[in-house]
Amino acid sequence: MDSRTYIGRVRGLGSAKHGGEHWLKQRLTAIGNVLLTTWFVLSLLMIPSFDHAALAQWLAQPLVAVPMILMIANIFAHVRLGLQVLIEDYVHDDGLKFAAMTLLNFYVIASAVFGIFVVAKLAFTGAPA
Amino acid sequence: MAKNPNRPLSPHLQVYRWSPQMAISIFHRATGFVLATAGMMTLLWWLSAIGGGAQSYATFQQYVVSAGVDGTAVQIASNWFFRLVGLAVTFSFFQHLASGLRHFVLDIGAGYELKTNRLWASVAFVAAFFATALVALFVASRFLGVL
Repeated sequence: MDSRTYIGRVRGLGSAKHGGEHWLKQRLTAIGNVLLTTWFVLSLLMIPSFDHAALAQWLAQPLVAVPMILMIANIFAHVRLGLQVLIEDYVHDDGLKFAAMTLLNFYVIASAVFGIFVVAKLAFTGAPA
Repeated sequence: MAKNPNRPLSPHLQVYRWSPQMAISIFHRATGFVLATAGMMTLLWWLSAIGGGAQSYATFQQYVVSAGVDGTAVQIASNWFFRLVGLAVTFSFFQHLASGLRHFVLDIGAGYELKTNRLWASVAFVAAFFATALVALFVASRFLGVL
């Protein structure tokens, strides 16, 4: 134990080099989202028909399945960072904040894994009739 | 720190006149939330309906796009609900995109002059509005048989 003040303990240690991490990740995933959602919108516009067979064939192509998986992963990474800031800013009760943050992490990881699995399964095994 | 509700508060939102710069900030958060929840859940439902086969895609279409002439009351209500969701998500997409691009400009240290800042905040709203209107017209004419 030492009896110094909190500021006294950390003064002179330098930065932990983590300060900009959240901010930077938010921007990096944002750039990814601009590119991937632009691809998604253009790709949607070029689908000849929106019946099930045409969509399944479209989604199963490697050049659609891969960017779709990337888009799902990148969006949910961005969602995690963004909603984390919302929770930090608007949920002031410590218990509620912990609960909200836990829920956010469950939501983001479960949704991303589900989405990636759906696309991968279709690409690897095709759609059931 | 103990929270004493009797302590005086600093001036808060209600004393300021709303400006585009203020509105775009809160809209960025609100639209982000809409995209993260309604937007992504609908996208995942759509993808899993495609992956689930013709039958599951037909169910998705009946509830989200159009129930057709022999649709049940629940399906027709669901159609209208998802039309509203679609409109909200489309607007949120363009609004979040426009104000996100504005953030990139601000992040490099540009665009903080009062008039410039105000102008681009307004431009982001106008761009999102017109892009949404364009998509709504396109969807209404191609998929819903309106127009």
